[in-house]
Amino acid sequence: MEASTVLRLKGLTKRFGPILANDDITIELQKGEVLALLGENGAGKTTLMNMLFGHYLPDSGNIEIKRTDDNLVPLELGDPSAALAAGIGMVHQHFTLAENITAFENITLGAESLFSLRRNQKKAQTKIKSIMSHSGLDAPLDIPVGKLSVGERQRVEILKALYRDAHILVLDEPTAVLTPQEADSLFSNLRRMTNQGLSVIFITHKMREVLSFSDRLVVLRDGKNVGSMKTSDASEKKIARLMVGSETQKVSSKRIKPGGPILSLNEISVAGQSKRDSLHDVNLILNSNEILGIAGISGNGQNVLADLISGLVAPDRGSIVLKGVAIENISPFNMIKSGFGRIPEDRHRQGIVGGLSVSENMIIERLDDPQIQNFGFLRSSVINKNAKTLSEKYDVRGPGIDQASRLLSGGNIQKLILARVFEKQPEIILANQPTRGLDMGAASEVQKHLIEARDRGGGVILISEDLDEILGLADRIVVMRDGKLHDAISNSREDIGLMMAGDST
Amino acid sequence: MIRIEPREKISNSSTVLIPIIAAVVSLLFAAIPLLAAGANPFVAYVEMAKGVFGSVFAISEMLTRATPLIYTGLAAAIAFRAKLWNIGAEGQLYLGAIAAVTVGSGFFDLPAVLLLPLIIVLGGCAGAVGMAAPTYLKVRFGADEVVTTLLLNFIIIIFLQMLLEGPLQDPMGLGWPQSAPILDQGMFPPLIDRMRIHSGLILAVLLAVIAHFMIKYSVWGFKLRAVGENSAAAKHAGININRSLFGVALLSGGLAGLAGVSEVAGLKGYLTADLSPGFGYAGIVVAMLAGLSPLGVLIASVFIASVFVGADSMSRAMGISSFLADLVVSVSLLCVLVGGFISKFKIVRAGTGKRVK
Repeated sequence: MEASTVLRLKGLTKRFGPILANDDITIELQKGEVLALLGENGAGKTTLMNMLFGHYLPDSGNIEIKRTDDNLVPLELGDPSAALAAGIGMVHQHFTLAENITAFENITLGAESLFSLRRNQKKAQTKIKSIMSHSGLDAPLDIPVGKLSVGERQRVEILKALYRDAHILVLDEPTAVLTPQEADSLFSNLRRMTNQGLSVIFITHKMREVLSFSDRLVVLRDGKNVGSMKTSDASEKKIARLMVGSETQKVSSKRIKPGGPILSLNEISVAGQSKRDSLHDVNLILNSNEILGIAGISGNGQNVLADLISGLVAPDRGSIVLKGVAIENISPFNMIKSGFGRIPEDRHRQGIVGGLSVSENMIIERLDDPQIQNFGFLRSSVINKNAKTLSEKYDVRGPGIDQASRLLSGGNIQKLILARVFEKQPEIILANQPTRGLDMGAASEVQKHLIEARDRGGGVILISEDLDEILGLADRIVVMRDGKLHDAISNSREDIGLMMAGDST
Repeated sequence: MIRIEPREKISNSSTVLIPIIAAVVSLLFAAIPLLAAGANPFVAYVEMAKGVFGSVFAISEMLTRATPLIYTGLAAAIAFRAKLWNIGAEGQLYLGAIAAVTVGSGFFDLPAVLLLPLIIVLGGCAGAVGMAAPTYLKVRFGADEVVTTLLLNFIIIIFLQMLLEGPLQDPMGLGWPQSAPILDQGMFPPLIDRMRIHSGLILAVLLAVIAHFMIKYSVWGFKLRAVGENSAAAKHAGININRSLFGVALLSGGLAGLAGVSEVAGLKGYLTADLSPGFGYAGIVVAMLAGLSPLGVLIASVFIASVFVGADSMSRAMGISSFLADLVVSVSLLCVLVGGFISKFKIVRAGTGKRVK
């Protein structure tokens, strides 16, 4: 296939207040090509795609797109309907489907004229069927979207874009919610479509996908295009260097021999509001000197498990036994007292009180500690000294320890939480998605602390959706599915992926 | 297109300047209805200033008016800090006043050193109970405290009217719906001879200072701030949210109850159903103006009391309708609130980029 440019982003710049989100970015997309857009969180990927799709108006620069004839014509900026009309389809990370109507209705929704009296269902059906057979994308059309699996919903999203005659498809983190097998099938379908002339931009930070699937890649850092190359010329090291500006080492844990069991969950059941927040007869044993990885697709009960160990949820049945003694009165306070360190999934919502200062957040879990109070009054000198020491030790950077903690960046908020948790040398650590959304530097810092905690005799429960992280860190892996835990039959990516998916795929 | 963004840093000069500018602008705005009523705004404002600061008596009247506002302002500020929306200060004020006249009008014949503290404590407790009940409903059943506290105000006032025509009615009162007077030894001592200003003001200022230190420096205050700022994180960190909320509820209700005690045992001497011209609701405005800071409540109370008292004396001196006084009050409140908003947020014009066809 001859290469011809279908899309050209020229000198796009976007500023949000003092932050330069996109700085003079120029990217070209060829027909039939898969372009991977890489970058850490906050590198400007989403801003760029939002400008392409007309959600944001660029401060300067323009976009040219190929129409039916062979010329590139400028796209009207800041107008999503112009982007749609020009054949740009976007699949967001969080799906934009109405769950109570069928896939067919979702696909055709908005694509029909408001003024036609009768829907031409037959024509639409035929068109969707033909798209499905050409692309290999398959999804049940006539049951409500709410009943479809995540993979099926994603296919519906893509069908929706193709139904609107998209010839450029933008996918934002398409594999975040998929099992490895589902991801592979998505990629093979996309490949089939690009062979028929579709062009694809996909946003990701997973190296493996970029290297095995894309034709060309563009790396963004701090809002700039810092490198574009053919995937065949790229290597993991090279990309990592571009993404962070320097080479970082991947943290991998040296296995050590686990000690005896320190924590066990026995036959725990929690009846939640829905399947997502229920547990069924969960048994789990955590040893000292061990990192236990809990793999699974999100929404399979990991959050209830985390809430349970954090003390936020009490089990309906079963017991939590810590070193041979069952914990009575499960509450966050008692769990902290018993020696649990908890790193919550949502660090902004559960981890810190944004309006309180950095130093106050560093002592929020030890308000009853006589060291920090005198007759119910806080000893600010001790608290400030503590904050200074911990900020240095854990490298928490921000506008100052007396400033509101919400002013810190995500990585520094996580370091604040680490400082608070690890300084108490907890015997048991629950880390729920501890590196999600962090840049590589901060992520490897977090992982180092988890390994250190294990090496000095602690037990770590690591819940993560990033299978690579679990494979790299965990001494033992269990898989969570539908509120149940299953021991991994092996440590291979394929086996665990199959277990994550269960029998339904 | 415009957007509103929070300011990252609030400059010191703007925290001082903006309220002053807002006050000046409010005077300009209020001049319009004054002109329409045929009054000279200049003369009117001079009368207003005289009515507030023209004499020791004027100042004392203004501070007398500010006293209940400090109590109710503190009640709202503390509750709102913990995101507990106590709209029921008006009702709790009356509960405090009912308790005060019940024990103070001859039930116990005690010396002043005992009777006044007893009245204060029981009045505070009555107010506290008035807020504890809606808080229990909130914690136990998830009932919205905005609704329950607000509706409780009306229930309490009707209950009071019933009491004033029944068990609490003054036998010597010629059938008027008013309570028996509080014994002399149960009254707050006056601060200045032959003026209405009383030592309830001293207690109010003292409580504001204590509240400031408690919120800023105590573990209790830390918990209150944490719960108000982010209750999910506070809970995760092991803070007992319900216990904190109950503590705040008792304190907030108690302070509102003290407003009633102070009015009844400091000013009126007996209880009628029109004891408060909406001090409970005005306390919410005071708290918002004060940015929920207890020390700010002192300043905001003085400001609001000045506008009330000044506008009253202006309408009396100029012979213009007292509704105009209410209008001046409202306009100046709006201006100060808008000014406070501008000091915290900035308005950004979005979409300055070129539109390329």
